[in-house]
Amino acid sequence: MIFKRCQYLFFVLLLISESTVLIASENALGDSLAPRLGEPVFDYVSSIVSPDGSGLPNGVGSVAEGKSVYEAKCAACHGVEGKMQGNHLVGGIGSLSLVQPTVTVGSYWPYATTLFDYIARAMPYGQAKTLSANEVYAVTAYVLFLNGIVSEQARLDAITLVAVEMPNKDGFIELGVFEPDAESGVRKK
Amino acid sequence: MSNKSNNNETQHAAGNGLLHRRSLLKASALGLAGGFLLPAKADWRSVPGAPQSTYGSPSKFADLRREQTIGHPFGPAAGSSSTPLQSLNGTITPNSLHFERHHAGIPNIDPAKHFLTLYGDVKTSLRFSYESLLAYPMESHKYFLECSGNSYRNTFPTAQNLTAGSLNGLISGAEWTGVPLHYLLDEAGLEKDANWIIAEGADASGHTRSIPLHRMLDGAMVALFQNGEPLRPAQGYPMRLFVPGCEGNISVKWLSALKAQKTPAYSREETSKYTDLLKDGTAEMFSLEMEVKSVITSPSGTMQLNRKGVYEISGMAWSGASAIRTVEVSADGGKSWATALLQSDNQPNALTRFRIPWQWTGQPSVLQSRAIDQKGNVQPTRDVALQRYSAGSFYHYNGIQSWQVSSDGMVKNVYV
Ligand code: HEC
Repeated sequence: MIFKRCQYLFFVLLLISESTVLIASENALGDSLAPRLGEPVFDYVSSIVSPDGSGLPNGVGSVAEGKSVYEAKCAACHGVEGKMQGNHLVGGIGSLSLVQPTVTVGSYWPYATTLFDYIARAMPYGQAKTLSANEVYAVTAYVLFLNGIVSEQARLDAITLVAVEMPNKDGFIELGVFEPDAESGVRKK
Repeated sequence: MSNKSNNNETQHAAGNGLLHRRSLLKASALGLAGGFLLPAKADWRSVPGAPQSTYGSPSKFADLRREQTIGHPFGPAAGSSSTPLQSLNGTITPNSLHFERHHAGIPNIDPAKHFLTLYGDVKTSLRFSYESLLAYPMESHKYFLECSGNSYRNTFPTAQNLTAGSLNGLISGAEWTGVPLHYLLDEAGLEKDANWIIAEGADASGHTRSIPLHRMLDGAMVALFQNGEPLRPAQGYPMRLFVPGCEGNISVKWLSALKAQKTPAYSREETSKYTDLLKDGTAEMFSLEMEVKSVITSPSGTMQLNRKGVYEISGMAWSGASAIRTVEVSADGGKSWATALLQSDNQPNALTRFRIPWQWTGQPSVLQSRAIDQKGNVQPTRDVALQRYSAGSFYHYNGIQSWQVSSDGMVKNVYV
């Protein structure tokens, strides 16, 4: 038996009867005694889209198609061309160091893949996860177009979306990042 | 008790009436000794009360309710509610009053139809049912849970005249019980490059956060119980991630998947939101640990002191870095400080209750508390805390809370 966390565990074996052994430790059962009840799965479809494009489905959508999706399914809450006060999706590029910065998809978000991921999982609010992959590519393209990040002719798919460069891609400092040598729990500045 | 023995304990510990914390151990020093009258003709002394019930509820005389139940103008179920800190005492938040924060309402999940899938850079992708998780070894710990937006109203240019709960109530203390995550990660077998775990919730926002592996191996659990009972739906029933000491947003509720991968996912909630814009226009990301902080809950905002004399100043302190070492209290707006009594049982990443007696003479006063943790982190003043980020950035605000007591006894949030 291997007890990986034995530095934390203080084992006392108590013989209660011929058939029962109790192991007293920090956890009532030692690590290797965890029951291993996970069922192997082979067909899980991930919804996590990362900047390297992992998780992106097949499909394609144009700015023009996105405009119709947007007007039908998004404009009520985000306004014409994404300009709804209090729920805007456009503007503010270059404003982040001002006293009154305007934080939007266009001015702040570092990766275009995040826009795809978020629309696919959470929008339209109230009917999340009902858009097809093509519709998500299309409306993503339209929101990026409204921010001046892609051209009116743009068509986005798993390859072209990953290639989109966001204006604020270098604007973030990552804290607390895992490093093999870093002392566990120490927040990096 | 003789007055003589109290002379030492009631000595002044700091300016404007703060008494030594040891006075609290001597009841007569506070003038609390003596009898009280029972109502002679109360019904309940004669007629049987309500019969047994299957699930309890608070006294109808205890006015307990969450505050600031506010939703997004374009999505009312995306919002939060605050714990009424000023109505509570001790270090445990009742489940019914635990603050809420969710991005698309509170789902009503049937545990028989809910699974946790662990996949990505693992040797074997695994799926766990609720039933199967209940069979794993569990741990129970008292931890605080704080929304990184807690106290954001104190970043506003003018002080809001609100209660302690409305201002600072996105914080809880609870005993969380669940399965340490390392069991499940071991079982699936992490690949060498799996530096991050992406946690995903089953709610309509599909809430997603990336967490560095070292935090997942350092006390994180799949929590199944909250203060002894199965999680409340608003807290993630049937299961939530719990990462001690970190901003509440990463303790993903309604946990349905954990994906191991080399890099973060850079989800919307760790880019657009829950990042901290600095004055130079860059922003901090993955600022997960919650800073050292404290708040006086009594006397506190909107309360009314209706007598002169000795009051117990009481509040709570916490830090995501360690246990609390000291809480200091000032009754003169930070000119002088006295050390408060910390309640025993002061654990890392948990709420600590502090108390100190205060003699109020009717003088206008400003009450403050300042927490210092075991790592030596000191809670900053509001001015210093606001220097950290761009104006308008409101996460991770841990400035000292000031309560002004005016000569008529009204207690009010102020900036000093
Ligand atoms: C019923 C109202 C509603 C509709 C319809 C809607 N949204 Fe939203 N949207 C919201 C709300 C509310 C939020 C903020 C949610 C939150 O903060 O948790 C939001 C947030 C967003 C964000 C994140 C903005 C940011 O800066 O973080 C994006 C992007 C977005 N919506 C895109 C869309 C798209 C694309 C559609 C159409 C397919 C859409 N929304 C339809 C209400 C709506």
